[in-house]
Amino acid sequence: MALFLSFLLPGIPYGCAYALMGAGLVLTYRASGVFNLAFGAQAYVSAIIFSIAVHDAWPAWAAFVVAVLVASPAIGLAMERLLFRYTRTAGPLVKLVPALGLLIAIPSVTQMIIGTSTRLPSSLVLQTWKIYFRLGSTPVSGGELSTTVITVVVVGLFALVLRSSGLGLRMRAVVESPRMAELSGVRADRTSATAWVLSSLFAGLAGVLLAPLFATVSAPNFTALLVAAIAAAAIGGFESLPLVLAGAIGLGIAQQLLAGYLPSGTILSSGLRPAFPFVVLAIALVARRTLRQPAARDPLASCDPPALAFRAPARMTQVAVGSRAFSVLVAGMLVATTVVLVPGSWEFVFTLGTVLSIVFLSITLLTGMGGQISLGQAAFAGAGAFTAGQLAMHAVPVLAAVLLGGLLAAALGAVVALPALRLGGIAVGLLTLSFALLATNVLFLYPWSGNGATGLTVPRPQVGTVSFAGNGAFFWLVLAFLVLLAGAVKLVQGGTIGRELAALRGSERGSAAIGIDMRRLRVVAFTLSAAIAGIGGALYASLQQSISVNDFNYQFSLVYVVVVAAVGVYSVAGALEAGVLYAVLMQLTSTLSSRFSSLLALVFALAALTYVRHPEGVVAYGKAWVLDRAEQLTRHLQRAEPTYAGPSGAATGQRHGHLRPHLRPHLHGGDRR
Amino acid sequence: MLETAGLTKRFGRVVALSDVSLRIDAGGSVGVVGPNGAGKTTLFDCILGVVEPDAGWIAFDGRRIDRLPTFRRGLLGIGRTFQRLELFGGMTPREHLLVTERVRGGGGRLWKDVVGLGRPAPRERREADDLLELVGLGDVADVPVEALNLGRCRLVELARALVGPPKLLMLDEPSSGLDDGERTILVSVLGRVRRERGVAVALVEHDLDLVTAVVDRLVVLDVGRVIADGPVDAVLADGAVRRAYLGSGR
Ligand SMILES: Nc1ncnc2c1ncn2[C@@H]1O[C@H](COP(=O)(O)OP(=O)(O)OP(=O)(O)O)[C@@H](O)[C@H]1O
Ligand SMILES: [Mg+2]
Repeated sequence: MALFLSFLLPGIPYGCAYALMGAGLVLTYRASGVFNLAFGAQAYVSAIIFSIAVHDAWPAWAAFVVAVLVASPAIGLAMERLLFRYTRTAGPLVKLVPALGLLIAIPSVTQMIIGTSTRLPSSLVLQTWKIYFRLGSTPVSGGELSTTVITVVVVGLFALVLRSSGLGLRMRAVVESPRMAELSGVRADRTSATAWVLSSLFAGLAGVLLAPLFATVSAPNFTALLVAAIAAAAIGGFESLPLVLAGAIGLGIAQQLLAGYLPSGTILSSGLRPAFPFVVLAIALVARRTLRQPAARDPLASCDPPALAFRAPARMTQVAVGSRAFSVLVAGMLVATTVVLVPGSWEFVFTLGTVLSIVFLSITLLTGMGGQISLGQAAFAGAGAFTAGQLAMHAVPVLAAVLLGGLLAAALGAVVALPALRLGGIAVGLLTLSFALLATNVLFLYPWSGNGATGLTVPRPQVGTVSFAGNGAFFWLVLAFLVLLAGAVKLVQGGTIGRELAALRGSERGSAAIGIDMRRLRVVAFTLSAAIAGIGGALYASLQQSISVNDFNYQFSLVYVVVVAAVGVYSVAGALEAGVLYAVLMQLTSTLSSRFSSLLALVFALAALTYVRHPEGVVAYGKAWVLDRAEQLTRHLQRAEPTYAGPSGAATGQRHGHLRPHLRPHLHGGDRR
Repeated sequence: MLETAGLTKRFGRVVALSDVSLRIDAGGSVGVVGPNGAGKTTLFDCILGVVEPDAGWIAFDGRRIDRLPTFRRGLLGIGRTFQRLELFGGMTPREHLLVTERVRGGGGRLWKDVVGLGRPAPRERREADDLLELVGLGDVADVPVEALNLGRCRLVELARALVGPPKLLMLDEPSSGLDDGERTILVSVLGRVRRERGVAVALVEHDLDLVTAVVDRLVVLDVGRVIADGPVDAVLADGAVRRAYLGSGR
């Protein structure tokens, strides 16, 4: 019993931090429909500010005010005012991409400002490791004590405010129907801003409270906090705050119990403890009913039509031919310079860009075409890479190993797709994220798979007497793969599957009515996408020749989605551009000092913030802009009257305008009477 | 051809359907009328499997379909339009019809897509063109549906439901938002598909003139119950129907 207690008690402060952030997640989700992953970053910022201020000899209360009461809520308010209040009626991807971008951007900006030196955490009220008293035989430290007491007080206060001020009631009204709430005098946007400020405060508090439990203040610790909080939120079905709190505390305790009772020194014990929240998350996502269907129907939903579906513009023939010729020219020049002109390291860079394009194609297929969010593509790539590596070690020809890697990744994709079928929108993203985390923390650590941080070596392919060992030869091989796969994806896009997926994105009910089997279609999309990612991963392995779990860290999954969404997720060309851009920028930023090492991710993360206005992607938007001008010019030269611009208007932001608001409520129901 | 018996559906304490039995013969036509909230849309949703009834059964072509998923019921030959439009955002009317042609014609295979055989076949293109002409959408065939007005959107849904053609066409308030010209098209299209292709029609509609112009039989729902079922004239003369439905409105 004493042993049990000594395992159990240390779990409570962790649980408290999870609970605070979990409550914040649910609050903003209910108030604005955004699942704000950036809370992880806000917790990090608060913890950093707090520790810096305290080390600069500020009084703890002043540091607390600045870090928790000012900084994090200010960030939250800015996010709500500048970004998320425009996404209320948008689809899950539009809500997710900016949040992901912020999760990546905020820590990297912080790092650029404060540098990379290690920061030691400071304790808030009581000294973290000092033992204040014993419960039975279990010592209770200051950190545990203060975290628990503060959480209980804050949550208690919050519950009181919710009850007495009517804020809780207003919040519920806004969630049910923002329009209806406004008609009855509730200021919906102010209520949602309040929710953002409050939950940011919780996130900041969670960060400051959790920080002393780790040796240093570093961003990854707060991502772990974020994931545990997501799991707690899922236990509460994204709606019940008491359940979130209970789930969070239970999670914190269970983690410590696992650590205490599992035999130490095995991968299962070292891996399962960090992986535990993801397992819980996956189970909760699949088991909770409320997560399967979006919140109850807003009776006035029709008044806020969702943003238009993206549609690639149809161009004048001359312009279309011209732009195609230009693309071919650019691609040809890239290939030519890679093969003939560029010095060694750049040859490698372009090959890497080609490989990344293949991985990014998997996102184009699943997310752009299929409308499904996956935050686990790096794990599928890793599965392909490690399969290829293991097979190559057992004397399977490398090319065959690459294909078999794709096959195994495809099988994994199908396995992940099955539970994902019951979910929609953001929940699918979270499920795939938990898969990626499980892969990074457990699956890829075994000697028979990724062999942990030591990793595997994978040779370059050799077919008969043709060796692809040299970088030049290998580039041609990778390029062939890319051309084949990109061609296949394009054919699928224009073929039956692509058109059925487009219909499904437009309306699930409508597609079921015409006879589309939604489940089969989604499994196909998932499987195909995982296969492509797996082949990409395997080629990456052969390119690098030595790989480890760090090459397929779950964080890459997040970055990849941000990169592709920022460049252009709806077209095959977008994946290719994203791959090359990413590799080139990676090379350009690789010489910077470590302080600016995250500049690369930051560039794309900032681009992702424009996703709300330009879901077609920054590069795609730029291209559309240029082509629009080209069309005008062509018309001018022909001295022709501008004719009906055709559907091209639907694609670009500016022409969205005249189709958009209130004018077309009938598209989304609420017609007649 | 379509038969339901004892269909019952509750939403919490609201009884949307109670013990509804309905028959539609091949090539027949039935108007389903009733005041707002009578359960008309819920009846359609139950038949298509969008909503699962609490009790009762549904048979189509002599075969129970209440355990089938929605898409299978569609493939058996039921075409449907929605009161709240369910169009494929971002797609043009032509694309709506092409994808429906493909799905109704047995769908496609992944490998066919990958080797380039997935694009619309000439026959599918012809049939889509014919349908677009039939419902008068030829001039906007390549405009995304977002840019069309409500009446046009309803006609796109009608055309989409006509692909196949289906054995049974179920229309939920197809005339709301239509102008006079579009209404004329609607009536003539329904007449034509009934005559030329033998499509049975179930029509939910508030506009009684339109209903009587299209159907032979009328079913009146009130608070989830069938209060009258018979030839149009007989039902319209029924005292209970007048009190429940027409009395207030006309
Ligand atoms: N998903 C739902 N949840 C709760 N109640 C529902 C739901 N769908 C329908 N109802 C209720 O069931 C009853 C029947 O609704 P239904 O939409 O079938 O009526 P209707 O005859 O189609 O009306 P209208 O002429 O207004 O379209 C109504 O009282 C409605 O409020
Ligand atoms: Mg209705």
